[in-house]
Amino acid sequence: MDIGTLISGMPGTVAQGVIYGIMALGIFITFKLLNFADLSVDGSFATGGAVAAMTIITGHEWYLALVLAFVAGALAGLLTGILNTLLGIPDILAGILTQLALYSINLRITLNQPNTPISVDKYNLAISLRYKTDALITVLVFAAVIIAIMYWFFGTELGSAIRATGTNPAMSKAQGINVNRMKVLGLVISNAIVALAGALIAQFSGNADVNMGRGAIVIGLAAIIIGEVFCNAIFRKRKTFSVSLAFVVVGGILYYIFIAIVLWAKMPANDMKLFTAFIVAVFLAVPHIKAQMNSSYRKAARRGGNGNA
Amino acid sequence: MLNATNIRKTFNPGTINEKVALDGASLHLEEGEFCTVIGGNGAGKSTFLNAVAGVWPVDDGSITIDGIDVTGLPEYKRAKYLGRVFQDPMTGTAANMQIDENMALAFRRGQFRGLGWGVTRSERAQYHEMLKELGLGLEDRLTAKVGLLSGGQRQALTLLMATLQKPKVLLLDEHTAALDPKTAAKVLEITDMLIKEHGLTAMMVTHNMRDAIRYGNRLIMMNEGKVILNISGEEKQKLTIEDLLHKFEEVSGTEFTNDTEILSK
Repeated sequence: MDIGTLISGMPGTVAQGVIYGIMALGIFITFKLLNFADLSVDGSFATGGAVAAMTIITGHEWYLALVLAFVAGALAGLLTGILNTLLGIPDILAGILTQLALYSINLRITLNQPNTPISVDKYNLAISLRYKTDALITVLVFAAVIIAIMYWFFGTELGSAIRATGTNPAMSKAQGINVNRMKVLGLVISNAIVALAGALIAQFSGNADVNMGRGAIVIGLAAIIIGEVFCNAIFRKRKTFSVSLAFVVVGGILYYIFIAIVLWAKMPANDMKLFTAFIVAVFLAVPHIKAQMNSSYRKAARRGGNGNA
Repeated sequence: MLNATNIRKTFNPGTINEKVALDGASLHLEEGEFCTVIGGNGAGKSTFLNAVAGVWPVDDGSITIDGIDVTGLPEYKRAKYLGRVFQDPMTGTAANMQIDENMALAFRRGQFRGLGWGVTRSERAQYHEMLKELGLGLEDRLTAKVGLLSGGQRQALTLLMATLQKPKVLLLDEHTAALDPKTAAKVLEITDMLIKEHGLTAMMVTHNMRDAIRYGNRLIMMNEGKVILNISGEEKQKLTIEDLLHKFEEVSGTEFTNDTEILSK
């Protein structure tokens, strides 16, 4: 148990957290803005990795890999959107169907290879685990650019219409907004960002695995929720949209620091999913328990009892 | 301005819950007419408004607004011509968004939404002035989330939003029913002010006969999915509650007993 190994691994841990934070930014669009529980993410994250890996091993540049992954993710979002709006399938089910379908599609993309290695020795990659500090700087730039674009986009007329659709569809229709189109557009953008994150993680870890997306949605939600709890604690009422977005990435970083610490403390790797579920449950419960403490029946009874006894 | 002809709508057809909500309802409104709509529970008042708004397609009949046939247009396309305020104050605004953002959404009703700013600085100044006119102190809370407002404030804001782009027809669906009497009176006042100021054509469903008589220059009464009484002009101005009750009995052959609320002052 040498604290030095934990610290020397930190840049890599943080870089991984930032990439999952980027994925969480995509999930933020559906989960927070559109009020749509989109489970396609587990599939589209792996799609991003698969497309990026195949683009790179066929001799193309890393930036083309990222662009194609982005487009593939957008198509995955389009599929969920069509299932939900045109075919009337409820949001959770539409996402699950897309996720399931993508598992087979992802295997086809990688020519039936469950794992596609992309070694930094053979290919020119955007980022790699080998060069942790460089990777960290690169992914931070990516995150900053995506946050800036999201901040701008959701302030535009179109972005506002997407947000309105998420808060109040009845009102949105009355204001002439095509809510189905907005839902599809939101899903497209969301899954495109998720797939981009998948493409980054594949390059970072040097391989694309068909199972790499398993549990991605939970990690994304963990990042969003951890970020939100810290953001509320630090900024309280002065929280703005850009700060909220930045804290999604902060949430991703914090999550991976927790993970690094428990792995360093020799927790079996197979218990990781259990641990993740535990963390998400704790952070989801914190705001609720805090609110309960501020207004509890027991306290009310005590107050009333003292005053009127 | 509004021509709704022979509108029919049956909910849950062919099931045990089948309900003929509109059974050949018709209404013709000239430009600038403010029509109040009364009738008992289940008479089809709100359904009639929803038919005009295009919440669902009608089974039969046609609806034209300012000469444009909108019968085949979905709700969001029809919104271009319509301003709407709902019974539930939560329905008309987006709670998670700011007052200015809500107004900006309404300001772009019926227009293309592109990549321009959602709210511009000059708009904000405009909204500030408009909110001032309401006299509710909302002008200093432009960036507050709408969810923080009271029901009355939200209805007043929804009204203002409905008239930001002059609608061809303003549809008010019992928009004061969920408010306390004092707030309801204030919101009705604002309604009347906005309708007069912009010379709007409007339909207002209400359960309150006194309001139905006091406001507007047209009154229709509905029963069992039909318009059974249609009063306008001088006749409307002289109308009393007793007249209305009497007329209802005359036309429908039954006593007005199914709705005590309608008698409230």
